[in-house]
Amino acid sequence: MSDTITPVRTVESTYVVLEAQNVDTDQIIPARFLKVTDRAGLGDALFADWRYDEDGSPRPDFVLNRPEARGAEILVAGHNFGCGSSREHAPWALRGYGFRAVVSTRFADIFHSNALKNGLLPVTIPSDVHERLVSWPVNGTRPALKIDVASETLTLPDGTGVHFPIESFAKHCLLEGVDEMGYLLNAAAEIAAYEEAHP
Amino acid sequence: MNFEPPAPRTLFEKVWSDHIVRPATASTPAVLYIDLHLVHEVTSPQAFTKLRERGLKVRRPDRTVATMDHSTPTTPRDERGRIPIGDALAAAQLAQLQRNCTDFGIELHELGAEQQGIVHVIGPELGLTRPGMTIVCGDSHTSTHGAFGALAFGIGTSEVGHVLATQCLLQRRPKTMEVRVEGALRPGVTAKDIILAVIAKIGIGGGTGHVIEYTGPAIRALGMEERMTVCNMSIEGGARAGMIAPDDTTFEYVAGRPRAPQGAAWDTALERWRALPTDEGATYDRSVTISASELAPMITYGTNPGMGMRIDAPIPRPDSAADSADRAALEKALHYMDLRPGERLLGRRVDVVFVGSCTNSRISDLRLAAGVLRGRRVAPGVRMLVVPGSQQVKRQAEAEGLHTIFREAGAEWREAGCSMCIAMNGDSLAPGQYAVSTSNRNFEGRQGKGSRTFLASPLTAAASAVRGAIADARELSDV
Repeated sequence: MSDTITPVRTVESTYVVLEAQNVDTDQIIPARFLKVTDRAGLGDALFADWRYDEDGSPRPDFVLNRPEARGAEILVAGHNFGCGSSREHAPWALRGYGFRAVVSTRFADIFHSNALKNGLLPVTIPSDVHERLVSWPVNGTRPALKIDVASETLTLPDGTGVHFPIESFAKHCLLEGVDEMGYLLNAAAEIAAYEEAHP
Repeated sequence: MNFEPPAPRTLFEKVWSDHIVRPATASTPAVLYIDLHLVHEVTSPQAFTKLRERGLKVRRPDRTVATMDHSTPTTPRDERGRIPIGDALAAAQLAQLQRNCTDFGIELHELGAEQQGIVHVIGPELGLTRPGMTIVCGDSHTSTHGAFGALAFGIGTSEVGHVLATQCLLQRRPKTMEVRVEGALRPGVTAKDIILAVIAKIGIGGGTGHVIEYTGPAIRALGMEERMTVCNMSIEGGARAGMIAPDDTTFEYVAGRPRAPQGAAWDTALERWRALPTDEGATYDRSVTISASELAPMITYGTNPGMGMRIDAPIPRPDSAADSADRAALEKALHYMDLRPGERLLGRRVDVVFVGSCTNSRISDLRLAAGVLRGRRVAPGVRMLVVPGSQQVKRQAEAEGLHTIFREAGAEWREAGCSMCIAMNGDSLAPGQYAVSTSNRNFEGRQGKGSRTFLASPLTAAASAVRGAIADARELSDV
């Protein structure tokens, strides 16, 4: 495997709204699904306890089970998304399901970092824009949003551009498909010098 | 000639700058050196896979220590002294950790071994955790180790791979937040109540982007295990790390532990550690103050650790919430918990009491619980689990006879592990059951699908077990 990963430059898709605030990683993927040694196949467990009944059948009222969710690659979620456990299984499950971006007014730190390392864009927007997205008038499927990493812009269905911040190195990695591991391995000489000076 | 004194620095700034391999620039984060990497079975397998795919070694196996804790059963040993693993998936995951540690030359404390236990319990007890270090683990409660004046934080599995391969992480410098705890705790109020009160005040996301430093006389008065309880739950307020300046309490705890420096190396280390506390005049990006003397035992009523209150308070009413989103969150939480606004929790029936987890499974926690249970019985119909944080804690408790107190009271005395805090190891609540738990998360389903959790201190947990209902340990004498 090389030092490169698939670049993420734009995401253009319809969106689904999960209104809950403080969605913790135990909701994104409950702990009983963590007894795995692989990262594949976790999409089916995404939001498992909200998504399925006791007998495993889909709950018709949960947003991902509604017809308008089909094909949506952008999840618009409530404040402080991804709090709690450090499990990277959370972005693996979101990516496994088919999401490529999550839009919220705030992300928990570890989730934010984990998402970026898996080609899942965490897009932080002001609460008034979030409110507009949640209440956007819809007939069935919600309209498409466009997320452009290079210009750090989220384009709303009416064409309004909204700036969102991305840390400069994370942006570089997304656009160029650079893997942080490769960057760190290239610092080997400096790491060795540090170890020499700090035995 | 002007003499410019060095700018005063916080504890965090000192530890941070001591570990910079390559400084940050506008376009790149800092390369931060990691002194100690703790590993467990759940968040490491995919990182080792990555190393194998790329043909990489573990750079510093001597700075890497693994244990088994999350998916391990806590059921009694068999006649050969082994702990049977009934779950095939868990068994495979544990076997994978064993294979990874063998292949990459990493010290492993396997299930049932002398020093095995919850990763955040064994690090300190072995003397691996020391002041001024950078410590990471693929586990959000790594913040625990900050109690020693270390910078310790949880990381994802990709970063576990980075640290295995390079002993470094790419990091932007977080902001700092002082949480000052004035005054002194009243009897029956504990470290757990301090941190639940802090989280209730700042909110579940209030510390996001920050490293907390806990200061003030009430923090200074805490023992090391109590300080670990406080730092442990920093992440529940959104802060990746919580720190407490090292002092004589810290040094006394570390001295003589198996991995602590000895002889001349100890003296050198001590000199370095004494320079770590925040300098006079150093500033934080934010400061919050609470008064310990005004605190009462705390309990959570909702589905995140920020939904906490005094044990005798009424549950908040959604119509008094700050905004519509908070109101909706509270309504959703109370619906899940099947609780009513304005209701008081004291006297509310519970099904299970859990004493354990990386928050409250150390010997002092077990002594508190045993003190309440001595000469008393767990109420009929209530199941109580006492799960020591490590094999060493278990041996110590048994040497003190605490296990006899628990068993005579009707509680289960289990093997060491994360147990019912994460409910991926056979220990879990049934749907709809209520538990008073000394753990750290009351999220929906955290203790098993449909589980309902009240977070509280070991004193409150033990008192509630005796009453069979949520109880204030300070009022137990009249049972």
